[in-house]
Amino acid sequence: MATKIQSDAASALAGLLFDGMTVMAGGFGLCGIPENLILAIRESGVKDLTVVSNNCGVDGFGLGLLLENGQIRKMISSYVGENELFERLYIEGQLEVEFTPQGTLAERIRAGGAGIPAFFTRTGVGTVVAEGKETREFDGETYLMERALKADLSIVKAWKGDASGNLIYRKTARNFNPMMATAGRVCVAEVEALVETGSLDKDLIHTPGVYVYRILKGPAYEKRIERLTTRPRSEKASA
Amino acid sequence: MPWTRDDMTARAARELKDGFYVNLGIGIPTLVANHIPPGVEVTLQSENGMLGMGPYPFAGEEDADLVNAGKMTISELDASSYFNSAESFAMIRGGHIDLSVLGAMQVAANGDLANWMVPGKMVKGMGGAMDLVAGVKRVIVVMEHSEKSGRSKLVRECTLPLTGKGVVDLLITDLGVFDIDRGRSAVRLVELAPGVTLDHVRAHTEADFVTDLA
Repeated sequence: MATKIQSDAASALAGLLFDGMTVMAGGFGLCGIPENLILAIRESGVKDLTVVSNNCGVDGFGLGLLLENGQIRKMISSYVGENELFERLYIEGQLEVEFTPQGTLAERIRAGGAGIPAFFTRTGVGTVVAEGKETREFDGETYLMERALKADLSIVKAWKGDASGNLIYRKTARNFNPMMATAGRVCVAEVEALVETGSLDKDLIHTPGVYVYRILKGPAYEKRIERLTTRPRSEKASA
Repeated sequence: MPWTRDDMTARAARELKDGFYVNLGIGIPTLVANHIPPGVEVTLQSENGMLGMGPYPFAGEEDADLVNAGKMTISELDASSYFNSAESFAMIRGGHIDLSVLGAMQVAANGDLANWMVPGKMVKGMGGAMDLVAGVKRVIVVMEHSEKSGRSKLVRECTLPLTGKGVVDLLITDLGVFDIDRGRSAVRLVELAPGVTLDHVRAHTEADFVTDLA
């Protein structure tokens, strides 16, 4: 079997990028984003991208870098409130956006990877999200048909991975990564630690290796915090 | 004296019941966590994939892999669990969350909610709000009663793009508490902020409402 392990992000993406393609990128805000693969996509100069990601990074980091570089034509996202450039480009009509409710986005991606072409949800009924979509009644309640999402490439970030492509995510950095790993025609995963085969607990693997086409250990992680909030030492834990 | 944001969120916290699973929206609703009544234990759900959200971490213990829906650093509790976004919204959409507290731009007498977009001006996206109002058992909105311009945000009909139709159960503003009941019955003013008169509320509210308060 050919090795999945690549030495760096550029070689992990070699032959997979083309203008006009659709890319899924994991992460919630800046938490759990494939930061090295995003940098490599910027370096590649590939353009006219449709990017599926819950958010679009921030000005100067994450997917915000691809936006600044004029590589994104369309975004499919649920929330972009942290990015001034995004809001400006969208209002000026330079960027196409398909706003998708967060749960619907997650489920569309999950469905895409699971071979389910569409599903019905109550989310968005009676709103602009429902425009042009089929509705149907089940048990007296109106539901909206949402189509699955797939991509030419998905890029995800995990905490640990092995040579087989098995992945384990950490805390809330998991978010959209596992579904996206399944919904790309190919998935490239970057990990903080590439570990010896056999050392991951087989009962705790989040993404089984079948979904992962290539894997690399990121050379460095900035893991930027979007909103640092702390409490003083004297305060007792509550909530 | 109208209620402050802190008063409003403290009032919202009185709606929490022991054992509830609760989702707090970003912004003002997050403050509800500071007012959980003694003897009431609730589990906070964070839509980005966590149950059992803990308080902000001690300085120096922040973890970039551990944030809430507002992208703020948080901490975990002994009972916490993590999951992916599809699971998180299965939980929300599937009716497993008891209560959600959200902010709003407009609430209408028919229970409609608008809180994600001002066409041509402000475009942030709906995030998880549409899923929350579609699936959570009880939806409470906390918002200022009026816009900065003075215009009422409790309206006859929403003029902004909707987040959901007939989804608001209870509305807490700086002037008082309104039972919206998802638009199934007339809006009822059930509580006034201290020192706020009924006449003042009437003068500042576009929507019709009934009340037993004098």
